[in-house]
This record gives sequence, structure tokens and C-alpha cells, in this order.
Amino acid sequence: MNQPAENRQSARPGLWLPVWTLAERELIRFLRQRTRVIGALGQPLLFWILFGAGLRNSFQAPAWSKVLGRELTYQEYFFPGVAVLIVLFTAIFSTISIIEDRKEGFLQGVLVSPISRLALVLGKLTGGMLLSLIQAGIFLALAPLMGISFGTVQFVLIVGFLALLAFALTALGFVMAWPLDSTQGYHALMSMLLMPMWLLSGAFFPGGESGWLSWVMRLNPLTYGIAALRRLLYWDHTLPSSIGLPSLATSILVTVLFAVVCIGLSVVLASRQSSRNAR
Amino acid sequence: MLSLVPAIAVRDVRFAYGERVALNGLTFAVYEGEIFGLLGPNGGGKSTLFRILSTLLPLQQGTAQVGGFDLTTQQAAVRQILGVTFQSPSLDRKLTVQENLKHQGHLYGLRGADLQSRIEQGLERLGVADRRRELVSKLSGGLQRRVEIAKSLLHRPQLLLLDEPSTGLDPGARIELWKYLRELRQGMSLTIVVTTHLLDEAEDCDRLGILHEGQMVALDTPDALRSSVGGDCLTIRSRDPERLASDITGQFRVTVQRVGDQLRIEREQGHDLLREVVAQFGTSITSVTLGKPTLEDVFVQRTGRQFW
Repeated sequence: MNQPAENRQSARPGLWLPVWTLAERELIRFLRQRTRVIGALGQPLLFWILFGAGLRNSFQAPAWSKVLGRELTYQEYFFPGVAVLIVLFTAIFSTISIIEDRKEGFLQGVLVSPISRLALVLGKLTGGMLLSLIQAGIFLALAPLMGISFGTVQFVLIVGFLALLAFALTALGFVMAWPLDSTQGYHALMSMLLMPMWLLSGAFFPGGESGWLSWVMRLNPLTYGIAALRRLLYWDHTLPSSIGLPSLATSILVTVLFAVVCIGLSVVLASRQSSRNAR
Repeated sequence: MLSLVPAIAVRDVRFAYGERVALNGLTFAVYEGEIFGLLGPNGGGKSTLFRILSTLLPLQQGTAQVGGFDLTTQQAAVRQILGVTFQSPSLDRKLTVQENLKHQGHLYGLRGADLQSRIEQGLERLGVADRRRELVSKLSGGLQRRVEIAKSLLHRPQLLLLDEPSTGLDPGARIELWKYLRELRQGMSLTIVVTTHLLDEAEDCDRLGILHEGQMVALDTPDALRSSVGGDCLTIRSRDPERLASDITGQFRVTVQRVGDQLRIEREQGHDLLREVVAQFGTSITSVTLGKPTLEDVFVQRTGRQFW
């Protein structure tokens, strides 16, 4: 069998050029759809303001808040939960586009290109992660209003952790979106799986220390995401550990594992050749 | 000149979607530098073959090499030398023409000034350079298809796969497209594989494989395929076809087929017969044409089915 002429070969794409180009595409598409910007940032912000005001009087601050030496309002308690909700919504919006990419035909062009399937997955995740960081960053700028202040190191740690969490949640969205053919199916999974996962992570209310709810929280990977963010926000205080608030090391470790598992699954799914990929 | 190096070598390929067999033991080769057509009615197996060759579908049985690389074990190498133009566009409609091509270039490891000059060249050649800053969604179907082709040629593939390239093109644009494909084949020494269900598009190919129910029922140049049917085809119109038919049969001992008010005669050296028929029965003939059998005739002869 004849080998193809060497001079016809163009450069191999490598890993980072395709990852960056796919991520850049996500950013451009996002910014061209204003409704998405409003949806991913506006809705959590609205939740924060409305629930913060509505639940102010019925909120019972968790035991660990005594360490702060001041009263923990519901709005302040809810603050990291809203930041994570912004990340979650952005992850959902950027992975629901996989279904659109498949329908509109863009995906088939990427699949026949010589990039590795890892690059395909990381491109999508990096796009989602950057969008999350931009939006969560805007929200975090509101922290001083809550009386939460942070230094540069703390800010870098928070952003770094949010990037990790965004990777994990976008990868989870990828695993859910890849096998689906309709956005309706995704909406069903979103309300049955993603929203309960967020509600039962300590984001919305402190969980009990016993009973079935405590087990759900213990098994919910997002509990660890919320806990790590909360601990980073109160960097100067040593908050006692509990089921709803595991230690920082445990929280980061679980979040890393969660991200690795979801990314691995994404790559496995994307590597399968299937008639669904052709239109 | 066509070389005899196979750009594609397919051996005994079978593919089934569950119970439904789409490809049933295909063996054929496409040579470097030719325009190879895959002709067949919808459902004949063209699309499945296209998806396998473009690496979207796995090989279930059999072997296939593209540009000398194994389709199963050397997928990345195959993808590197392959350009694919899909029937349904793979462009991102929310991006501009320029942005689409830039991302495409990056996926193939191209960047910087080299990429930019390729983009400009490609858009220039396809006559869409002045639309480069427009969103793809703003372009007509025909222009989108041109951008699609520019996109698939950006990395200068050795082999271009085109799925139903004329879909959505008006006749003028189709003629332009084929002119361009022939130029490409010359200029870039590109091998082109085209799937089509249009008979006159199939005529433009160097060689043609006819797919029917997952099998290659014929493979040759369009001319050779047609002449395999039986020489020339004489079509005669007459005011009284019945009588003319029996006259011609009596006089020349040939088989005359009556289709409506037309008489069809398949015969080698049709021009000799034409001359004699006109000399003898000129007064009762309204019009007469002499032509090669069509590819539709080939399909009907090989499969015993109507093409449409």
C-alpha cells in the first residue's frame, strides 16, 4: 500500500489549539445571545434578592455561624449558594449547546477533524468554565455588601476553586447532554437531577445532622463544592466541621474526584462512533 | 491522467443498523486523482458508506484503507488527510464566515499568517470573499454550501468526500461547482468522492459505482456503463407508431420497443440504422434522435427496478 506524500500533511493539531478555539467559539456564541447572559446571571441574582428578603425572618442560622461573632443573615448564608447556582446554570447552558451543535450539524464537522476526543471535551468544558468565572466573578464583587471582604490570595483561591467546580459541573452536563437528542430531555434531567442536587447541597438551607436528608447531603458531590466555597469565603475563621460543612481538604478532594470522573465519562462518550453523530 | 494508486480501498464491508442491513459486502477501490461517484436511490447505502469513510461510523465487518491508512486503527491519520463536505451544513450559523474558517483551521493545526492566507485564497476561489464578515445565517443556501466547501478544503486534504453536493444549488451554481471540482482535481491533485442520487450529476464523474440495496451493482466510467447496455439508442416519434413499428421490424429484423407515441430501438452502430430508417420511412417520421443509453437504463438493467 502506498504511503501518502509527506508534503501534503499539514501540522497535527495538538491538544491546546483545538481546546482554545472551541472554547473561544463558546464565548463568542454566548455573548451574541443576550438572553443567555440574562438567564445565567440574572435569575440567580433575582433568587438571591427575593429569597434573601423573603426568608430573612424564618431563617435559623447553623451552629457554625457562632464562630463569626456576628449574626449570619439568610442573604449572607445564601451567598455562596447563589455563586454555585450561577456556575451550575452556566454549565447547563453551555452543555445544552451540545444538543444544538449536533442538530445544526456543527458537531459532525468537529468529529471528522483530527483532534483528540479529549480536546473536544476540554474545549467545551473550558468554554463553560470561563463563562462561569466571568459571571460568578461579577457576582462575587457584591460580597463586600454582605460584610464579607477578602484579600488577593483569598480571591485567587476562590476563583481557582470556582474554576475547578465549573469544570466538574460542565463535565456533568456534558455526560447528560451527549446521549440526548432533544433539549426537552435535558430540561427534564435538569429539574429532576441538577436542581435537587443544588437544593440539597447546603446551598439553599443548612441540612439536618441526622435523618435521610443528612445522607443525601453526605452523598451529594455538590455539598463539598458549597462547603469549600463557604470555607474560602470565611478564610480568617476556623469553622467547625459538620455533615453540611465538611473540612476544606475533604471538600477539595471530593470536588477533584467528581471532576475527574465526569471528564473521564465525557471522553468515553465522545469517543464512541455512532450513527447519531451523522446527520 | 489517473494514477493506479488506490486513495480508497474497501474490501468486503458490511454494515447493519440492528437488523437492517445497509451495506452487504462492498469491495471497490477509488484511485488517486479521480472524481468517483456513488450513485443510487435514497436508501441504497450511499450515506452509510459516506459515514464510514468519513470516520463517523465504525467498520463492523471488512477492511478499508483511506490514503493508505487503516480506517479502524489509524483514524487520526485518516482524519488528517480527509476533507468532508456534509449534505447538511456543518457551519456554525451564529459565527461569521471568517470565524468559521478560522476555527476549522485551528482544528487542523493551522494558525497565523498561513491560516489567514489560506482562508482568503479559499474564499476568493469560491467567490465568497466579500461576504467574509457576515454571519453564516445571513447567507443563502448556495453561498453557505460554497463556504462549506471552502471549509473542507482549508487544510488541503488529499481526499475530498462530498455528500450530495448539489443539494440546494440552482443549476447555474451546480455547473460552477463542478467546474471548480475539476479545477481542484487538476490543481491540488485531489481525489474526490461524490455521493449523488442525480443522474446528470453522476455523468460528470470519472468513474461511477452504482449502489443498490447495499451492494455495488455496477462500477465503471459513465460511458462504459452506458455502452454495456447495448450500443446506441434510437428514439423515433411518429403519427402512426403502430404501423411504423411493424414496418421497421419487418424490414430490418430488430426489436422495437413502443413507449407511448415513441419507438425505442437499442442497437450497435445506431447511425447506420438511423440512415436507412429515415431513407425508407422518412415520410411517416415526425422526429428522430440517436443517443447513448442513459445511466437510468443502466440502473434498470442491473437491478430490474425503476431508479425513482
